[in-house]
Order: sequence, then C-alpha cells, then structure tokens
Amino acid sequence: MRKALVLARRELAAMFFSPIAYVIGAMFLLASGLWFFHAIFIPGQEASLRPLLEAMAYIMVFAAPLLTMRLLSEELRSGTLETLMTAPVSDAAVVLGKFLGVLAFYLALLAATGVFLGLMAAYGRPDAGVAATGYLGMVLLGAAFLSVGLFASSLTPHQLVAALVAMAILATFSVLMPALVASGIEPADRVAARLSVMAYFGDFARGMLDTRGVVFFLSVSGLFLFLSVKSLESRRWR
Amino acid sequence: MRDVGPWGTQSDMIEVQNLTKWYGSVLAVDNLSFHVDKDTVVGLLGPNGAGKTTAMRMLTCYLPPTSGTARIAGYDVLVDSMAIRRRVGYMPESAPLYGEMRVRELLMFRAALRDIPRRRRRAAVDRVAEACWLSRPEDVMRRRVGELSRGYRQRTGLAEALLHDPPVLILDEPTTGLDPAQIRAMRELIRQLGQEHTVILSSHILAEVEQTCDQIIILAGGRVAAAGPTQELRRRVIGPSHVIVEAAGQPCEQMVKTLQQHPAVRSVQAQSLGEWTRLEIQGDGGDDLPVRIYDLARQNNWQLRELRRRVASLEDYFVQITYQQSLGPDRGLDREARR
Repeated sequence: MRKALVLARRELAAMFFSPIAYVIGAMFLLASGLWFFHAIFIPGQEASLRPLLEAMAYIMVFAAPLLTMRLLSEELRSGTLETLMTAPVSDAAVVLGKFLGVLAFYLALLAATGVFLGLMAAYGRPDAGVAATGYLGMVLLGAAFLSVGLFASSLTPHQLVAALVAMAILATFSVLMPALVASGIEPADRVAARLSVMAYFGDFARGMLDTRGVVFFLSVSGLFLFLSVKSLESRRWR
Repeated sequence: MRDVGPWGTQSDMIEVQNLTKWYGSVLAVDNLSFHVDKDTVVGLLGPNGAGKTTAMRMLTCYLPPTSGTARIAGYDVLVDSMAIRRRVGYMPESAPLYGEMRVRELLMFRAALRDIPRRRRRAAVDRVAEACWLSRPEDVMRRRVGELSRGYRQRTGLAEALLHDPPVLILDEPTTGLDPAQIRAMRELIRQLGQEHTVILSSHILAEVEQTCDQIIILAGGRVAAAGPTQELRRRVIGPSHVIVEAAGQPCEQMVKTLQQHPAVRSVQAQSLGEWTRLEIQGDGGDDLPVRIYDLARQNNWQLRELRRRVASLEDYFVQITYQQSLGPDRGLDREARR
C-alpha cells in the first residue's frame, strides 16, 4: 500500500507534466462550463446542478479513457514496465498506484467545477444535500470509469487503441443500455435497467442516496481493477 | 543475507538448470544450464536472437520459465520472486526510463520503490550518482531524463540498478549506443563492480566481453555453444596452433617433406614465392610450435624472413557460430554444442 502511494505520486506528477492531461482537463471544464451557462445559469431557472452533472457524466465517457490511456500502455511501449515489474512491487500495487494517481487528477478537475456551485450560491439558493449527493455520484462514477480505462490501458501498448476500447466499454453501459431499456424488448430491457450506468447516476444527481448505486459503482471499480491486475499478470505468462 | 538453501554453497550465486522458454511455438531458450560463482563477471555472448535477453528476463523474474529452474542466492525465481527482486539490480536493454522525470527525482522514486528508508534515500542516490559519474557536471542530476544523451541515460539506468546495493547485477547490453570513450568508462565501471558484485552482462560484441568478463557463456539458438573462463575458452576454441613461415634455402617440395616428418606438425600448406616459400603449418596443439620450426630450420640451414603464430581469435569462432545460427536452428549447431 505504501508503494502504491509512491507510484500514485509519480503518476500524478507525470499527469501534471503531460500536455494531454491539461488538454483533456481544459476540454472537460470548457464543455461543462458551456453547459452551465446555457442550461443552468439563467434567471428563473431552478438552482440545481442536476442537468450539469448529467452532462458531465456523459462527457466522462470520452474524458476518462483519454485520461487513463497512457497509464499502462505508455509503460508497455517504452519498456519501463520491465523495471517496475522487476522491482519488489506487487502487480496489485502497480495497478492501485496508477488508479489512485489518475483518480487524484480527476478529483482536482471535479473540484474546479465547484466554481459553478459557488456562482449558483451567489445568485440563488441551491440545495446543499442535492449538491453533495451529486458530487458523491460523480466521484463514484469517475472511479468506475477510470478503472475501466485503466483496464483497457493494460491490454495494449497503443494508447489510441486503449482509449477506443475503454470508450466502447463505457458507451455500452451508458448509451446502449439506456437505449435498450427504452426499446422495451423483454427481457433484455429489465437486464439493461440493472446495468445502465446513467440510471444509477441519475438517482445521485436527483439527490437520492441509493445503496444500489454505491454498490454498483464500487463493484465495477473493483472488478476492473482486479481485471487489470490479472491482465498485467498474464503478460508474464504469454 | 539469509540461509542459502539446502542444496548449494555460498559461492554458487546463480544456478540455472535446464531452463527453457517457449514463446508460443517459438523456442527462445533451450535447456540452458550454467552456474555463476560469487563476485564474478560473466558475459552472455551471442548473436541477436540467441536468447540472451529472454534468459535474463527469466533470471530477474520478469518472465517465468516454461520449464527448468533458476536460483539466485538460493532463491527460486518462481517461488521467491520478491526475495530475488530485492537482491538483483537489473538494467533492461537500452535502459527504459521515465523521460519526464528529473534524474534525481527518478532515482529518489526508485529508491522509495526499493524499500530504502526515507532518511537514507538521499545518501543512496548520491552514492550511485558518484559511482556512475552522474554527479560530475552538477546539473545532470537536475536535468530531465528525456533530454539526456544516450550515454547519460544508460548511466542513469545503471545507477537505478545499483541503488539498493544488490549482490547480483544483471545488465542487458550495457554498452550499446555508447561512444568509444563511454564504452571504455562503462567497462571500467563493470570491472570495478565485479569485485564486490556478481555480474551477468550480455553483449553481441566479443571484444567487450573478453575484456570485462571472468567467464564467458556463448549462446546460440537458445543453447550454450561454449562456456568457460575467458582464457581457457580462448585456448579451447581456437584449437591447434597455426604458424606461418617464409623460408628459403631448399626447394619447396623438400621443405614440405621435412616438415611433414616432424612429429609436432599436423599439416603443411606451401606456396612458392620464387626463391622464398610461404608455409602455413598446423601443429598438434602444443604451444612451442614456433620453437620447433625454428630448430628445424637451423638444422636444415633454411633462411627465415618470417616466423609468426597466426592468432586465431574467439572472433572467428563467434562469427562461425553466428553464421551457423543463421543457417537454421539445427544444422551445424549440434556439432558445435557437443564440441
């Protein structure tokens, strides 16, 4: 665990050095800012971040894979993974370190959107409880999405491929599943309703703290972190 | 260091038995066996694709062997991976490093991963920086790794491998990409390290291995083609001695006849150069063939204008192996391996 933190610190430092992280961060903030001023920051509008948070969740389908794509792919490509995996560090610590590093960067991004909340509080009276559950939802969703991205990154030395694979997985659960629910095909729609990321996230955005959502996001994170460790391990056996 | 295990002595630092690695259907390392004593420098020599890197990756626990065992300091690569990783310093080929980090920052990071306590990290980094000539121009330690020249990057990689002062060092092609002065410095450094460390290095350049290593293991096609102490290997591989003579005083045919009757001579090739005759004489392996030839010339009143031993080198042998490997996996190699 201590080594995971050492790795996480290096990862975070590398993110702040990489232009890609800044570009993605800027685009994330730009897109959410535009959304904020067009859909929410209008006189007479309800003082709620809900539409913004739902938009941010969709932006994350693209932003998370771009943030995570280099995590392991770059190490595979440059060969630095070899020095990491011959140091006395377990594969789980490597995966956890990478995950915590990128999660910290994501939390910093999320903190920056707090400006919108501040602006809203200055001109209206947003519900603190709703804002809190909304942000809790964003943190949980981010953790799940980033672990999917990390897994995709463990599969290939090509960053672009890693990003596309992650986007495909995330789009399946956030775009395809809601579409399947809407289609009303039995029994696929009922299965899809349980797998739809946006349905769970919607509850948080509405201010509802549902344990089903918490469990869903945490288990997705856990599953994909576990798969990343296994994927890394399997590199030795291939 | 803890106990060494039930089987070996302390002097067996590295013990490899029947190590085999298949990549799918490609056989990269084939039944490799060797052992390395404590505090010796061993060179793994072989053409590209001989299995050097794969063998090293198995020793450093990066890849598991398909079959066979490898032990370092008594620990098995499969069972005691972490114990081995703590005792081995490894520099992979071309020393991959994080380009965006500064040299000191990178070494501090590696020191933390290597379980060096926080208060001793700075001292450990300064020590390896000194040993690898990174501290001399002051600013190197503050430069970003990505901006360093190849030589400095290689040294940073070596410094990284030395941080935890491991008893065993495994260096994959430590001198490729360096300029001649840097190669010489790197060799010097490896020789120094060899006094207190067990070092395995790989190379496809023979001269380098000959100069730095106490022992040489020549790999070809994933197998040991020849192995032994450097001096002994050279003697064994070069085989019977060759002497080249240019003499006058008797007709060519008579000289050949006289020489062939001498017990120390195995074969003679002659070439007439007018008055002089050029003779290429192969002996039976004794070191004193030139002396015998000189005595013979004196007895027969030959004039000599040249008498020298033709120095066949390991190079010739090595080129031969490389050539045979390129013919195919089995042709020729078997014969060499049995020699």
